[in-house]
Amino acid sequence: MSVYENLRHFADSYGLAVIVALYLTLCLWHFRPGASPHVDAAKNSIFKDQTDGE
Amino acid sequence: MEAVVKRLGVWALVLLAAIAAIALTPDSGFAVHMGIVALVAVILIVATVTRYDPMARAQGIFKMPPGPSRYDDDVIRWGVIATMFWGLAGLLVGVVIAGQLAFPWLNLEPYLNFGRLRPLHTSAVIFAFGGNALIATSFYVVQRTCRTTLAFPQMARFVFWGYQLFIVLAATGYLLGITQSKEYAEPEWYVDLWLTVVWLCYLAVFVGTLVRRHEPHIYVANWFYLAFIVTIAMLHVVNNLAIPVSFLGSKSYSAFAGVQDALTQWWYGHNAVGFFLTAGFLAMMYYFVPKQAGRPVYSYRLSIIHFWSLIFLYIWAGPHHLHYTALPDWAQTLGMVFSVMLWMPSWGGMINGLMTLNGAWDKVRTDPIIRMMVMALAFYGMSTFEGPMLSIKAVNSLSHYTDWTIGHVHSGALGWNGMITFACVYYLVPRLWQKDRLYSLRMINWHFWLATLGIVFYASSMWVAGITQGLMWREYGADGYLVNSFVDTVAALHPMYVLRMVGGLMYLSGAIIMAYNIWMTIAGHLRVEAPMGDTAHDAAADRPIVSPPHAQPAE
Repeated sequence: MSVYENLRHFADSYGLAVIVALYLTLCLWHFRPGASPHVDAAKNSIFKDQTDGE
Repeated sequence: MEAVVKRLGVWALVLLAAIAAIALTPDSGFAVHMGIVALVAVILIVATVTRYDPMARAQGIFKMPPGPSRYDDDVIRWGVIATMFWGLAGLLVGVVIAGQLAFPWLNLEPYLNFGRLRPLHTSAVIFAFGGNALIATSFYVVQRTCRTTLAFPQMARFVFWGYQLFIVLAATGYLLGITQSKEYAEPEWYVDLWLTVVWLCYLAVFVGTLVRRHEPHIYVANWFYLAFIVTIAMLHVVNNLAIPVSFLGSKSYSAFAGVQDALTQWWYGHNAVGFFLTAGFLAMMYYFVPKQAGRPVYSYRLSIIHFWSLIFLYIWAGPHHLHYTALPDWAQTLGMVFSVMLWMPSWGGMINGLMTLNGAWDKVRTDPIIRMMVMALAFYGMSTFEGPMLSIKAVNSLSHYTDWTIGHVHSGALGWNGMITFACVYYLVPRLWQKDRLYSLRMINWHFWLATLGIVFYASSMWVAGITQGLMWREYGADGYLVNSFVDTVAALHPMYVLRMVGGLMYLSGAIIMAYNIWMTIAGHLRVEAPMGDTAHDAAADRPIVSPPHAQPAE
């Protein structure tokens, strides 16, 4: 098989599986147990500096 | 003193090299560009020798607060002024070329014809207006959310001024006929190399500031900014791989050929939309909408899903620009499928932005900046629905190469990018110039309605024009021949082109009102005006009834 075909078969098998797994991990990471306080802190972090630094 | 001499030496070398290039090149456009470089070198030399500080003088003209502020805001103020200036320039050129399409005698050969002014318009609004807005807001947001000053302040100034030089070289190049003929990547090899240097410095300043942050968490707006900076660096370098014919001329040839070149170009072109005009401006949305509304973003988790979905999906969508071409069919289908999938995260992001106002919807009535942000998000939603729809092959067979595409681009660019940028500039100016408020809130209202009506005129006339064009091009008669010649379709579109120009004029007048408002705010004036969202109060009627009227006897 040519380099093109090898790459292509890799891309639509293992490559695809790795990318999907990576995507799901990154998306679901913030739903892990115990993440809520961190998410809340991050959400409100922009309001700590109310004076806009002037 | 030694440092001054060294600097002088470097700039003298630049000046000499530029003069040598002017003398040796047979290419007049290249000579003009080297002349611009030489002029910059002369200004730098004069500034160093005479200790004349042009920056201090210019800061005086724009009434910038003297002395160091807590955060490094000087370069951001310059970015805001540049955003306004290039915005007006880009919109004006847009109205001119809309006029040229309706009235061909407006084409002034050779420098000011449609073919040369059109890239000037697109680059001025995307890279000059949008780019300066992104650089300014990213420096503002990254400092505030990281609670630290910029990592390399001198480099940040170089990024700003170097970027302006890139814009000037690109813009003059288009008028002189210097182009790679790649849409949104028209500048030639030496301008591309310069932009690469500037952009890597931008990356260094941004990442350096993130590294020295005092907040444990990197706020999601910075993720979007970082994705924008990194991806644009990658796209720019790969798409502009080219071999110059000579180091003393502007002409170069692409490293790719045929359909590979086309695919690389639209991988670049679509992701320029995805990461420049979407990710970067979403970063603005995720910081400035919650700040202006005074409430945190609706769902932080949704913003993270929004982010990763855009990153993973957008990069595959480019082939939808090449439906029914020599590109392999599977690649076209891949582009179409990923474009349709992109609809979901886009609407997730729009809902996230709009729902941030949950419980504070009254602000749409009382706060014109919030109203602008809401309109921007609505147009983000509308154009991210229209885009996937147009990428479907069956729809694309009607819409491709027609003005529908132009209408789609402008509902995104004028509605989403323009409105969110205007809102951010209105937010930033009183804070950066340390004023209590803007000169006038009611003028924002004027700007809002002019801009909104302008977009409505623009988008609806282009829908009609595009569908008319598409249907006329594909119409066959009973004998199997095409019914319409191309020029028939051009004649049919004339009224729509005039309406489009009217829409553009309205949008431009809104921006002129904004420029006046910003100018007066910087000058320190406050307009005397009734506040927005006041409830009516009739003091005369607000009293007890003292003598009740006598009851009239019934008949």
